[in-house]
Amino acid sequence: MSIKKNLTVLLAGASALASSMVYSAQEVNVYSYRQPFLIEPMMKEFTAETGIKVNILFAKKGLIERIKREGKLSTADLMLTSDFSRLTMFTEDGLAQPVNSDVLSKNIPAQYQGAEKQWFALTTRARSIYSSVERVGPAPNVTYQDLASPAFKGKVCMRSGKHPYNVSLLASIIAHEGEAKAKTWLEGLKANLARKPQGNDRAQVKAVKEGLCDYALTNSYYLGKMLNDPKQVSWAEAVHINFPNQATTGTHVNVSGVALTKYSPNKENAIKLMEFLSDDVAQKMYAEINYEYPVKENVQASKLVASWGKFKADDIKLSDVAAQHKAAIKLMDEVKFDL
Amino acid sequence: MISKFFNLYKLLPWAVTCILLSPVIAIFLSASINDESGNFQHLIDTVLFSYISNTLLLILCVTLISLLIAMPCAWLVACCEFPSRKILQWVLMLPLAIPPYIIAIVYTDLLDFAGPVQRALRAVFNWQSVNDYYFPDIRTLIGASVILALALYPYLYLLLRSAFLTQSGVLFQAARTLGLSPFKAFWRVSIPLSRSAMAVGISLIAMETLGDFATVNYFAVSTLTTAVYDTWLELGSLSTAAKVSSLMLLALVILISLESYSRRKQQVYQRNGSVQTELRFLLTGWKKWAALSFTWGLLSLALFIPLLTLLYYAGHYFKESLNDDLMSYTLNSLWLAFLVAFLALLVALIVNFYQRLSPSFAAKSTIRLSSLGYAVPGTVVAIGVLIPLTNIDLWLNDLFVAQGFSSLGLVLSGSLFILVLGYLVRFSAIAVGSVNSSLVQVSPSLDLASRTLGKNAARTIWYVNLPLIKKGLLTAFILVFIEAMKELPAALLLRPFNFETLATYVYQFVSDETIEYAALPALMIIALGLIPFIVVNRLLEKKV
Repeated sequence: MSIKKNLTVLLAGASALASSMVYSAQEVNVYSYRQPFLIEPMMKEFTAETGIKVNILFAKKGLIERIKREGKLSTADLMLTSDFSRLTMFTEDGLAQPVNSDVLSKNIPAQYQGAEKQWFALTTRARSIYSSVERVGPAPNVTYQDLASPAFKGKVCMRSGKHPYNVSLLASIIAHEGEAKAKTWLEGLKANLARKPQGNDRAQVKAVKEGLCDYALTNSYYLGKMLNDPKQVSWAEAVHINFPNQATTGTHVNVSGVALTKYSPNKENAIKLMEFLSDDVAQKMYAEINYEYPVKENVQASKLVASWGKFKADDIKLSDVAAQHKAAIKLMDEVKFDL
Repeated sequence: MISKFFNLYKLLPWAVTCILLSPVIAIFLSASINDESGNFQHLIDTVLFSYISNTLLLILCVTLISLLIAMPCAWLVACCEFPSRKILQWVLMLPLAIPPYIIAIVYTDLLDFAGPVQRALRAVFNWQSVNDYYFPDIRTLIGASVILALALYPYLYLLLRSAFLTQSGVLFQAARTLGLSPFKAFWRVSIPLSRSAMAVGISLIAMETLGDFATVNYFAVSTLTTAVYDTWLELGSLSTAAKVSSLMLLALVILISLESYSRRKQQVYQRNGSVQTELRFLLTGWKKWAALSFTWGLLSLALFIPLLTLLYYAGHYFKESLNDDLMSYTLNSLWLAFLVAFLALLVALIVNFYQRLSPSFAAKSTIRLSSLGYAVPGTVVAIGVLIPLTNIDLWLNDLFVAQGFSSLGLVLSGSLFILVLGYLVRFSAIAVGSVNSSLVQVSPSLDLASRTLGKNAARTIWYVNLPLIKKGLLTAFILVFIEAMKELPAALLLRPFNFETLATYVYQFVSDETIEYAALPALMIIALGLIPFIVVNRLLEKKV
């Protein structure tokens, strides 16, 4: 057999193999920075309603890099993130494409969409300050700035400063008060920590319960999650949830969100899933199962979350906060926050 | 015919080395393209030196603690006789099957301020707050070092034990006859003779420590790996990350070269078989009890406590944890690890016999270079593998489309191929190292004799060398198999859709710090690593 003939056979074979890989069933492929168990209920519901299969690939680091490298051949349709800095990074790297959907435009308020409709927030969560029931009681007037004041020395617990939730909070403070003031605040906060930053958000609540510290910087939905876990309910009952900065800028709010990839091979299905996630059924599920705040206006927060009361959210533009993301990471290095 | 073989055996090792090195090269190449960010200067001005000192301290502590654990253990079971020695000699290897991140979770869970140990202490002594008592903080550099050493010491133990076993017992006896105490004979004869094994073991542990992120991060210790992740994935500066990585690799290359330079004139070959039973030093009285409490005490910490903790959780959450998914992920992990172990063994044989057949600087370089990937953090390897493979995929697709065929998709980077390659880049070092340390002990005079008797190189390898290093080959296979079972960061990032390994499955729970659901799959990883270990050991023990 000649080489050319050989090559042709090989190419044809590979081509057949490849097409069988790409055009299988009705499906949509999702790269997710969000943990699978948080989104699987909604995906199951989507499949039940539409018959479209959802494939999820979860990782905590590097998904953006992977998509970047895969380029036009990437099989990923959607990118799900648990904070907006990754959403904006994804968009800025030119990896997303705008979605013009009436459903999305109607369901998601303008401040929770990218400027050119390249990303959409699906839920919001408040960066709240939990206080010890036993040693502090409710602290409705607490502020992020308080955490850095001398009165709080040795009383604060939090996770790594490099975690996206904390980076975003710092970025919002830089956006509000400038870098110099933010640095002073961060140094004060570091000086007040009861221990080196460590563990996840729940571990901070556990530390409050055990008396290591009086205040924990933790996202709002964890309280709901813990109250529903038999092992953790006693931690949750040891704290009050407080929404900081009510008299000033309002509580820092982060979002989880979604973007359509530039080369999405199942675009139609992907947009269907985006619309589904922004609509009543999924939004209600986010509220009831994950205790997050739905972005869609007429969808109510869960009863439990509603019982924590209404609060004033920081209404600074997310893009202004995202612009300070790198500055915030560098500031964490400068004050050696985690060291 | 001869020249054809000659060419093949030179070309192949270099081809293999290039493939294994391609991710590292790819990272450096794409790094050199642009850098006006000033991020590296930022690191120098802020955290870089703290990270460097943390990294060096961590490596120093981990290797030192591992040595302090492994050396006495290896010597005790190889050269002494005391109760339970026979069981100990293989049970002491078993902690290798436990992923370091699992040991880390178990111990932080147990020893944290809010963990059961400190809670119990507070309840018993009626302490109210953190100020009432002192308890060592587990989430520190020392805590991380101890845990990593508990998970990694078996490498050293394994290599040292086989070094002690294959060392000629006659030398040790001669030293004794000349009036040295057993300890002195050990110090002045056994240790110098085992330096090559020690060097390989220590550099394996050092590399593993350098590349670790999950465990160290769990202990809230920031190292150079932290800087790599921060600059690359958060600041988006690949060039800064590559600079930091190159710092890490440079340190490693210097260390390894220094060691092999200091050993350049030393040649150690085994002459005859193993330590004979009657030559073992019989421990009695307090020495026996000291040996027993040291070995079994160590095993309690490294093996029994983690296992019992996991068993406790697995028992309580058994129904939730046992499902069909678990079975299919187990199968995935198994065949993947098996394939990777087999391929890594091939790589090890190719580069090691290149060095054996034509000892040269070039040959030595293939051994060193093919092992570099081990010290690179898993996620960095993962992205490093993505760069060349996605490029090949894109090129192939253009070719296909130009030829009038439909698009191929990501045949290499979107399939399991990339995962296998990623594992090989990371773990070939283990196979290369252990094959190397058994091969250097086979005296070249045997090869010469075989060649003089008219056998060619291939037959010499097949009939003389391979049978003599059978044990080393099996060890290499199992070590890579176990590493592949445990591997996490590359698997997480490189796997195709709908493909989970046991490790990625465990991680879903670990990332949520819900150890109870992770327990059963974690036990699965451990058990699957343990079984081949035990089986092979039984086989080897019978033959000796």
